[in-house]
Amino acid sequence: MRAKSASSATSASSASSASSAPSAASASSAASTASARIAAQFVALLVLGAVLLALGLAIGSLGWSPWTEAGDTMRLILWDIRAPRSLGAWLAGALLALAGAVAQGLFRNPLADPYLLGCSAGASLGVAALLFVMGISPAAAALALRVGMTGAAFVGAIGAVLLTLVLARGVTQSLRLLLAGVVVGVVLGSGAALLTLMNPDILRAMQAFMLGSTGYVGWSAVQVMAVALGLCLLTALGCSRTLDALTLGEDTARSLGQRLTLIRLLLIATLSLATGAAVAQCGLIAFVGLVAPHLVRSWGPTTHGALLLLSALTGGALLLAADIAARWVIAPQELPVGIITALLGGSYLLWLMHRRKAHFGGAGGSQ
Amino acid sequence: MKSMGPLGRAALSLATLVLTATSAVAAPITIQDDRGHTVTLPDVPRRIVSLLPSLTETICELGDCAKVVGVDRFSNFPASVQKLPRLGGLDDTSIEALVALKPDVVVAGVSARVIDRLEGLGLRVLALEPKSMNDVQRVLGKMGRLLGKEDDARRLWNRVDGHIAQSAATLPPAARGLSVYYEVDAGPYGAGTASFMGEILARLGAKNIIPAELGPFPKLNPEFIVRADPQVIMVGQRNAAGLPQRPGWSAIRAVKQQRICVWVPAESDVLVRPGPRMSEAAALMARCLREAAQGPVAWPTTPFNAPPGGMR
Repeated sequence: MRAKSASSATSASSASSASSAPSAASASSAASTASARIAAQFVALLVLGAVLLALGLAIGSLGWSPWTEAGDTMRLILWDIRAPRSLGAWLAGALLALAGAVAQGLFRNPLADPYLLGCSAGASLGVAALLFVMGISPAAAALALRVGMTGAAFVGAIGAVLLTLVLARGVTQSLRLLLAGVVVGVVLGSGAALLTLMNPDILRAMQAFMLGSTGYVGWSAVQVMAVALGLCLLTALGCSRTLDALTLGEDTARSLGQRLTLIRLLLIATLSLATGAAVAQCGLIAFVGLVAPHLVRSWGPTTHGALLLLSALTGGALLLAADIAARWVIAPQELPVGIITALLGGSYLLWLMHRRKAHFGGAGGSQ
Repeated sequence: MKSMGPLGRAALSLATLVLTATSAVAAPITIQDDRGHTVTLPDVPRRIVSLLPSLTETICELGDCAKVVGVDRFSNFPASVQKLPRLGGLDDTSIEALVALKPDVVVAGVSARVIDRLEGLGLRVLALEPKSMNDVQRVLGKMGRLLGKEDDARRLWNRVDGHIAQSAATLPPAARGLSVYYEVDAGPYGAGTASFMGEILARLGAKNIIPAELGPFPKLNPEFIVRADPQVIMVGQRNAAGLPQRPGWSAIRAVKQQRICVWVPAESDVLVRPGPRMSEAAALMARCLREAAQGPVAWPTTPFNAPPGGMR
């Protein structure tokens, strides 16, 4: 995957070099240094992920507590709780960041995030409806138990995207899609709020879901997210050339021979699968999907192939770091992980914007 | 709103007329509520709206259930209040319906948003905040004063307190000192020693795994509970499903030895409402501890079925 991204970065860099390369003469040398930089970043992010995973194994409800004793409980805590939880946080972050990078490229909008097409509102409505019907009748409760929170969140997220697609009459018009996404988000979100208001029993559970939590991620959740990440990365990387072409405008992309409608459909499927899988397991974690692609772009110009891959690695590292902080800061209590991602990612982005005002002026940064 | 025909209302006003005629001469009642506001009523109220389940239960326990003319959506005990007009929840109280009931006084929780609006409309509002066992005693005193039944309130408190002491005293030695995790919500939020449930557990001599400094309802790292390895888990039926399957929880003693007490919704109501039924709450927890000391505790056989309200 590393070789593929590097080669696609080299070959497609001509498309984006218009803005990045200082002159035509130095274009080829710029491309090779860019690919070397991207390879270095790739390795650095992988190492960072590994270091954070090790740290995640060493931090729990007592704060810093590595595996010093060799008891049964310790082994259980390490391998059944901390390991899947840390790995799951990394995977969820990677999924959300990948979805964010896809959304930003597809809609050519730096404000796009994974929840753009109504995913988050759909997922919260799904969970609220599930919690609401739990007490209504025994039959409903039995059904709700079989579906489970993860099932409800996933179905809600995907359902919301489908509704958005229906409202936008397909994927051909970006603006229509964005508008439909906003409308679906507001309508489904107020539905979830109404259910919560009608039954305050579910208030606490809803709040925990809205702020995101990685506390109960087990090995089965890790498997689901790993498969989803593999699928989504393959599809997204396969479509990355089209995203590069799209930066030049839709008409140009079409004239370059890109099958826009099909690719759009594929990318939206990727976006919803990635978001749905992450949200179902960990709740609505804010900001990772928005901030990770921006961070990657702030390190230098990239093509979409590299951007997608690096974003996923960055998002994974960011969410895992946030999860570690969430269990460390006030152990044995936990902070909602969504608050930490927003604090960490947001303050870094603010600092970057402050430092490089001139570069952040244009829409899309150095896209 | 049509709980009572004109005939019934006439009968009621006749009854209250007779009652007031036999009781002492009307004297104004002054009470300081939990906001620090002083509320003055010209006389013992005859029409009361209660917007908090535990306050509804307190009024009824003091024998004045007939004076309650409207309740919030969650008041469901005793059964007679279920026929009364429902005026909504904490944030969506129906002001129009409430005013139409012409209450002499409205009793509500301190956090009810509707209080300022009601006072603006000229209604008298007594805002009370029963959260701990001490609060229950204080609120009971104030309600006794409001209803002109201070002696009854004192007697009721002594009875409730006595029952709790009895529940604690009759526990077999094996059921004492068990370590307990009380889960309020699957967050996981636990009930700390500072919470109402934690206070009752302490009275029963159980060891709460959550230390006092974490506050009443801390959101815990699930690992903390696995590490604390409680002997008994108490949890509402809503959150019980899937609890043994949480990652790593199969190693907890309470899960391994099947000593999980699952509260059905009606029991949860008793356990989370700091009011006159707290002696029942203590009896429920004592039953759980007694059963757990003997062996596996059976889960309720009825499927989860609860109308909205409370923390189940």
